[in-house]
Amino acid sequence: MPLPYYVSPEQMMKDKAEYARKGIARGRSIVTLEYGDGILLVAENPSTLLHKISEIYDRIAFAGVGKYNEFENLRIAGIRHADVKGFSYSRGDVTAKALANAYSQALGNIFTQDIKPFEVEVLVAEVSDHNGSRSEIYHILYDGTIEDERNYAAMGGQADEIRRFLKDHFQDTMTLDQAVQLGVRALTVTQNKTLSERDLEVAVLDRTKTRRKFRRLPVEALSQLLGTAR
Amino acid sequence: MGDSRWQASFNDYGNSSFLELLRRDFPALIPRAFQTSIEPMVIPSGAAAEIAHGTTVLAVRYRDGVIMAGDRQATAGFQVASRRIEKIFKSDELSGVGIAGAAGPAMEMAKLFQTELEHYEKVEGDNLSLEGKANKLGQMIRMNLQAAMMGLAVVPIFAGFDEKAGLGRLFKYDITGGRYEETNYDAQGSGSKDARDSLKKLWRRDMTRDEALRVALEALVDAADEDVGTGGPDLIRKIFPTVKTITRSGFGDVADDEVQRVCEAILADRTKAEVGS
Repeated sequence: MPLPYYVSPEQMMKDKAEYARKGIARGRSIVTLEYGDGILLVAENPSTLLHKISEIYDRIAFAGVGKYNEFENLRIAGIRHADVKGFSYSRGDVTAKALANAYSQALGNIFTQDIKPFEVEVLVAEVSDHNGSRSEIYHILYDGTIEDERNYAAMGGQADEIRRFLKDHFQDTMTLDQAVQLGVRALTVTQNKTLSERDLEVAVLDRTKTRRKFRRLPVEALSQLLGTAR
Repeated sequence: MGDSRWQASFNDYGNSSFLELLRRDFPALIPRAFQTSIEPMVIPSGAAAEIAHGTTVLAVRYRDGVIMAGDRQATAGFQVASRRIEKIFKSDELSGVGIAGAAGPAMEMAKLFQTELEHYEKVEGDNLSLEGKANKLGQMIRMNLQAAMMGLAVVPIFAGFDEKAGLGRLFKYDITGGRYEETNYDAQGSGSKDARDSLKKLWRRDMTRDEALRVALEALVDAADEDVGTGGPDLIRKIFPTVKTITRSGFGDVADDEVQRVCEAILADRTKAEVGS
């Protein structure tokens, strides 16, 4: 049996990271913003059936970019984690932090142990009970790196440019329509085209709702918020 | 067998079921009464009398959907186990379940059922049909059969708004999980016969919400009147029956003070009829 070629660990990790980054950079982006009543998630996604944003639990939402089948598996694993935990303890014991840690572990293990790393980044957001107390936004990268973001987050192909744009334009306690408009502008900042409500998937964690805070914004509501209603 | 790995993702039918998830990965979390593989439970004689039982719940169809109501008493033998128990649970935005029978397993079942529906909705991105929900609940009751034989029967009423058909529907069950759809009204629990008799006389087609509320509460007052296990409106502690409505726009509460007002009106009318004002 021929000996496999020796590849240094540094080189192997570098190659894997480059591979994963390339895959993610091909995909469209997602932005997340805090606004007065909660957290807004905006994705560029022309499909109305294949979601990139999803409900995980009462106050927790999930978003994923990159390869659909990979982040879909992570999404379902997250729902299972949350539902089992909420069933065996209580609904209040399900936290974004524990879930983000689980994602970080999973992606870290896959990155180091599997030949092909996942080409995804995921985001876990948990809305706080009161306006003023801090909501939580965790951003987990393809290699398990976990970042605790404040006020806003971006991931996907043009994440760096979007983050720079949001740094300059983000304001505290925006209304929902201000936040939606800012989110959509941020997504188009690196592109020459405009996005209509049909190219977008938008959802909120709305703290004014009872128990399940997650709510999708349908196209009609979205066109009103964007001021494009006819 | 090189292709067995990808085939597995088609065979995983229970993918969106919470109960299947528990069965596969966390069997210890399944309430004991629902574990079919265990040896029969032995409940010592005398203990059965100490287990709390929920008494009367009912569902009534009206113009906009279904109204569900239940008294607030749990009874263990000849004792009141609780005066404030809730027996009508929201199972999702468009359906509710009213529990009667052994209170412990019944509440576990309601919680499991509610998680099951929410889990399915989140994983699939879509709601189960009302028919699908009703069948799922039937399967859970069937799992409880062994415990039911030993005096821990759970017999819920399930009601919801069917979006496709555009109307409220209600289902009753027996301890074997048998599922029977009722068209107009039904009641379950120790006072159910009296509540049903009352509903039989008072129910009319196309009632408004206020009429349906009155009819539902009349039936509960009748059940409390005839059945020792069922609690009536408690004027001393201000505890009144739980009433919920399920319509196109979702699952809603009927506020306590409205229930109190209607209950007091019913009691006043009856006093007047019995002894004059």
